[in-house]
Amino acid sequence: MRRAAQWLRRRVACVWNGLRTASGDDAYERYRAHQAARQALEPPLSRRAFYEDTQRRKWSGVSRCC
Amino acid sequence: MMRRISAALLAIVGAIAIGAVALQRHEPINALWILTAAVCVYLLGYRFYAAWIAARVLSVDAWRATPAERLNNGRDFVPTHRAIVFGHHFAAIAGPGPLVGPTLAAQFGYLPGTLWILVGAVLGGCVQDMIILLLSTRRDGRSLGQMARDELGPLGGFAALVGTLIIMIILSAVLGLVIVNVMKHSPWATSTVFATIPAALIVGLYLRLWRPGRVLEASLLGVALMLLALLAGGWIDHQPVLRPLFDYTAIALAGFVILYGFCAAILPVWLLLAPRDYLSTFLKLGTVALLAVAIVLTHPQIKMPAVTAFTDGTGPLFGGKVFPFVFITIACGAVSGFHALVASGTTPKLITNEADVRLIGYGSMALESFVAIMALIAATLLDPGVYFAINAGAGVVGATPAAAVQTISGWGFPVTVEQMQALASAMGERTLFARSGGAPSLAVGMASIFGSTFGRGLLALWYHFAIMFEAVFIMAVLDAGTRVGRFMLQDLLGHLWQPLGRTSWYPSVLLASALMVGAWGYFLYIGVIDPNGGVNILWPLFGISNQMLAGIALSVATGIIIKSGKLRYALVTLAPLAWLALVTTTAAWQKITSSDARIGLFAAADDLARKLALGALAPERAAVAPQLIFNQRLDGWLTMLLLAILWFVILDMARVCVRRLRGRPLRSSSEAPYQSSRLQGAAAQVRP
Repeated sequence: MRRAAQWLRRRVACVWNGLRTASGDDAYERYRAHQAARQALEPPLSRRAFYEDTQRRKWSGVSRCC
Repeated sequence: MMRRISAALLAIVGAIAIGAVALQRHEPINALWILTAAVCVYLLGYRFYAAWIAARVLSVDAWRATPAERLNNGRDFVPTHRAIVFGHHFAAIAGPGPLVGPTLAAQFGYLPGTLWILVGAVLGGCVQDMIILLLSTRRDGRSLGQMARDELGPLGGFAALVGTLIIMIILSAVLGLVIVNVMKHSPWATSTVFATIPAALIVGLYLRLWRPGRVLEASLLGVALMLLALLAGGWIDHQPVLRPLFDYTAIALAGFVILYGFCAAILPVWLLLAPRDYLSTFLKLGTVALLAVAIVLTHPQIKMPAVTAFTDGTGPLFGGKVFPFVFITIACGAVSGFHALVASGTTPKLITNEADVRLIGYGSMALESFVAIMALIAATLLDPGVYFAINAGAGVVGATPAAAVQTISGWGFPVTVEQMQALASAMGERTLFARSGGAPSLAVGMASIFGSTFGRGLLALWYHFAIMFEAVFIMAVLDAGTRVGRFMLQDLLGHLWQPLGRTSWYPSVLLASALMVGAWGYFLYIGVIDPNGGVNILWPLFGISNQMLAGIALSVATGIIIKSGKLRYALVTLAPLAWLALVTTTAAWQKITSSDARIGLFAAADDLARKLALGALAPERAAVAPQLIFNQRLDGWLTMLLLAILWFVILDMARVCVRRLRGRPLRSSSEAPYQSSRLQGAAAQVRP
């Protein structure tokens, strides 16, 4: 029973994380993790600055189709 | 062994379903046959043809590092799980095109559209998307225009840029026209669509000021606000005081759409464009999934004949024979050149492994094609008389309901005024006559499916839900298209005067946005004043420009395949290119030279000019005739330009190929140098 509950919890977590990544909800956390992993010297962008910058770059090219 | 058995089973089921679709005549066919045939065809194409192309033609290499790995910066270039890239790519390519095109093409019957969607997607559209995606991935995510310039030459690149700009203008105009036709004299639809703007603004502010970047919670809030807007629209529709505040003519609504497009282009993206896109994406994916479930559960009968008499070119929605016009009308859903712009944009920068291009490129397009099949089902399950009454313009069937039903019943598709009135009141509308553009009839079809599955008492709510679903993502495409068009114009204007090329200089932003909105706004305005509905002219023009763009993409792909020494596999892109060149040229030629005023643009202009000179037009038609005459001639010249661009790029590609075959020097390949992948498990991800 406990095993089934664990399995279910893992599945739900997996779906939830996938949904967060797919929607861009965790983009800032991934950016910070990436900055930390490569020990970047420049200070990281704030959450708001990162969001604005992401949107600006996303909508400078063809992102939506007919 | 199991894989072979499952493939054989798929082939057998697919063959039976296609046989049922092709052979069942003069009796209603169930939509499940079409759905089954489609799924089997896509799966077989994916399993065999796409795998073969990936292995032999593209030499996909799972050990080769992708730009997402090599240039990983945690922002643009990010190695991402293939299921998530698939979702992103599908959300980017799936627009209103595969919903509107098949609905309009249903005037030929369900069979021509179904066959073209299946064959066109599996052998053309999916192949184009996958190949362009891989070529761009191997070139660090370069755009189609850049690849055309690098591989063919500067002239080919310039032609691709001009072609893209033209398609942006025509696309925005035709989509604007579709939503104007949805909203005209419909307070419920208008108030709901209007309310989605403050909803998007609230979500925009939430995402920037209050909870930056928390997309999921903001989207949840936005979807709740939109559903509230839908219910509020129904309430407003029953309030005698509020109702007139949202009851507008088509011209007033066109003015609103033009103003909205201008605001969306100049406002910061976080305020309107980005939040609207989040909402439209959630709504789009949810509704498409819901529609698929509902069709399977209700398995409706198709009421439209397999082939109608209108294949001879006399169709009321648009003039022209089934060849070549079904292939022009259904672009998105079968082959869409616009996808090549997306496949050479954001997506290549997210791909972790080259082997994923089959799922992301081929698979996403197959799913979009499936959406087109569902739209075709939703349009053809209506009584044909009802379908024509909704879609045919007043200029074709007559201005009054009585005249319209008489004309349509005379074609052999019986319909009555009472039937149309009952349908309109069930859908919460005053009238459904002459709502051309495809969206309203699709919404009626979707409401019937949803109503049968989830409760018939809510038909009006489902109808307006479908309308909101279509309008929200049409407006998202309108915003995004205008903005990208603005950047392209600024890029071009920068060559004339350098400061105009600066994308953040406000006078340049205002000028380029005004030019872009003015260009599509003009076509939208003309479409609105056209008594035939405007869609009959604009949609074929959009189809021709989209197929022209597909021709450019397939030319670039063919050129690169031959340059890389794989002449024997060139047919993979050359065959769809030849077909598209044939249909686009034939359609454009007929639009330019046909003496039939329902097809030929110059013939229509001459015919109208003659009637105007003779005084044979009613006063309200005579008032707009000079503008229509000018516009039809302009459309004729535009069609010539599109045709010239297509053939220019094809000949440029042929020149490069001939030089390669003769061993003459060529521009070197712009492919990034090979680098081995270091990502763990890259080898394990190889797919057959």
